[in-house]
Amino acid sequence: MTMNREGRPTRPEAAEDAGAETWTGNRALMLEEPLLFEIGDTRTTGVDIEAVGEGDDAHLAGLRRTRPIGLAGLSEPETVRHYTRLSRQNYAIDLGLFPLGSCTMKHNPRLCEKAARLPGFADVHPLQPIDTVQGALQLIAELGEWLIRLTGMHSVAMSPKAGAHGELCGLLAIRSALEARGDKREVILVPESAHGTNPATAAFAGYRVESIPANAAGRVDLTALKARLGPDVAGVMITNPNTCGLFEPDMIEISRAVHEAGGLVYCDGANFNAIVGRVRPGDLGIDAMHINLHKTFSTPHGGGGPGAGPVVFSEALTPFAPLPFVDKIQADGGDRYILVEEECVGEHHGRSFGRMTAFHGQMGMFSRALAYILSHGADGLRQVAEDAVLNANYILRRLEDLLDAPFAASGPCMHEALFSDKGFAEGMTTLDLAKGLIDEGYHPMTMYFPLVVHGAMLVEPTETESKAALDQFIGALRHVAERARAGDTSLKAAPFHAPRRRLDETLAARKPVLVYREQDTAEAAE
Amino acid sequence: MSVYYSKEHEWIRVDGDVAAVGITDFAQAQLGDVVFVEVPEAGRRLSRGGEAAVVESVKAASDVYAPLSGEVVEGNQALVDDPALANSDPEGAGWFFRMRLSDTHEVNDLMDADQYKAFCDSQ
Repeated sequence: MTMNREGRPTRPEAAEDAGAETWTGNRALMLEEPLLFEIGDTRTTGVDIEAVGEGDDAHLAGLRRTRPIGLAGLSEPETVRHYTRLSRQNYAIDLGLFPLGSCTMKHNPRLCEKAARLPGFADVHPLQPIDTVQGALQLIAELGEWLIRLTGMHSVAMSPKAGAHGELCGLLAIRSALEARGDKREVILVPESAHGTNPATAAFAGYRVESIPANAAGRVDLTALKARLGPDVAGVMITNPNTCGLFEPDMIEISRAVHEAGGLVYCDGANFNAIVGRVRPGDLGIDAMHINLHKTFSTPHGGGGPGAGPVVFSEALTPFAPLPFVDKIQADGGDRYILVEEECVGEHHGRSFGRMTAFHGQMGMFSRALAYILSHGADGLRQVAEDAVLNANYILRRLEDLLDAPFAASGPCMHEALFSDKGFAEGMTTLDLAKGLIDEGYHPMTMYFPLVVHGAMLVEPTETESKAALDQFIGALRHVAERARAGDTSLKAAPFHAPRRRLDETLAARKPVLVYREQDTAEAAE
Repeated sequence: MSVYYSKEHEWIRVDGDVAAVGITDFAQAQLGDVVFVEVPEAGRRLSRGGEAAVVESVKAASDVYAPLSGEVVEGNQALVDDPALANSDPEGAGWFFRMRLSDTHEVNDLMDADQYKAFCDSQ
């Protein structure tokens, strides 16, 4: 018989030293990656372009470059590999459960991605003739109609680019409405259970911010709120469900009291995922609310450009809504969509406070959100909320024996479960637990927010996680929590298995290095 | 020279009609590592309870309020250059600003060391 004598060993051989250092610093598929400027220097280019001679710079208004611009010269494969390698050191919703409280990190359905990539939606330009983008405008109008119906509100502004931008839009409308009646109010009340962006937005809009305390059950202290209302209060910014993951049961009473005192009610709709299809904010007396399409309607968090934070308005605020918006009219025996802009506002929209953005909003987010809504349907959206709340309560009840859950006694939570560091061994912190969770292969939960509990841990699993995925996460979190309670000091040095060990956040904040300079690098290397 | 404390966790060292102001050891421990400080410029008028300085730690940004009314004599540039002083020597080299008081009687509304300690224990 013929015999191949060149076979290779196919079984692992026992070796004593399993953790030898590598020459490259790489650990197999875990690749170390230098900075762009360390790969390609600024004097070469990775692209083969013909040298530009002395020529005509008329097209550049006579301007010409006088010195090198200092870009790293990388070839295409070097560039692609650089970013691919970096991406492998990151965590993503496509890799696993992402329990970041208040952020609603749910799965992004691929159907929505497919819809967003249709050329008729993906390749439109905001300055195209209106006749050529009727489909895109119809999509914006239909999405707006869904948002109005789901929230029970009167109108919608689609152009704001994100949650905080939407908050600003809402407050500008409130201010316009108050000014229109000659009412100069200066104070916005923000409960402690509101999102952190709310006071920042109110201050940015020119208001003085005053805090309203939370009560023992983690809700707005209604008595304190009512006591503070008066002729100087422009409105309240309330987050419902609030950032403790709890529903504000006094919402109708709060709205009534604020309206009676002449103010208006802004609701931070970041947590709409918990109530979509179940509760209509319009029924709670809310005047303006933003909707984070990247949360409730599952457009990606960061989708190749800005996000989208449409704002829905009550009838009282509708006249002040920003331009532009899409309107449906009847023409030539059919529907036709027009853009209502400054040139064509009629008397109905003459009191609009202006523009939030140059154009109509973020098309890629609109197409994904409408695809999400249509593929779920009204009943499916209700189930989204129910499953999100169910998953969060499963986590709350499976962990409350090990992690202090300050508001668990007050009943079920909504879409997220809040824990505190009470019960940890002396010296062990929420940060240590979070770093331990990284070693277990999870992105940590939201930490140290909300401020109403010590060492807060805010866990939002979302509805897209299966029971098996939740059980595995709970197992990992229980394991790390037990170490924190027992005072396992090795947790202080975690993470051990991440691409980088624990970083010095203080040094990074005190001595930030934000710009690459070859000289700095040379000095640092010495 | 006497040292007073405010409920906003500031210490105030009064010498004649000039007071040095900083944050207490309790405050710096609560804030964590201080990474940025903004102090008022000389000549700025401060009214009691108004914003006077900013202190930012890895955890949070906070305002430092004027515990008394008066005019700023000097901000601590050394603290701006090295915010870590607020952690390492909060009640010494980590002072924020010195001010000339417009009404020295206002100090009567502040706490002494024992009262402040009791106040912190109750927090």
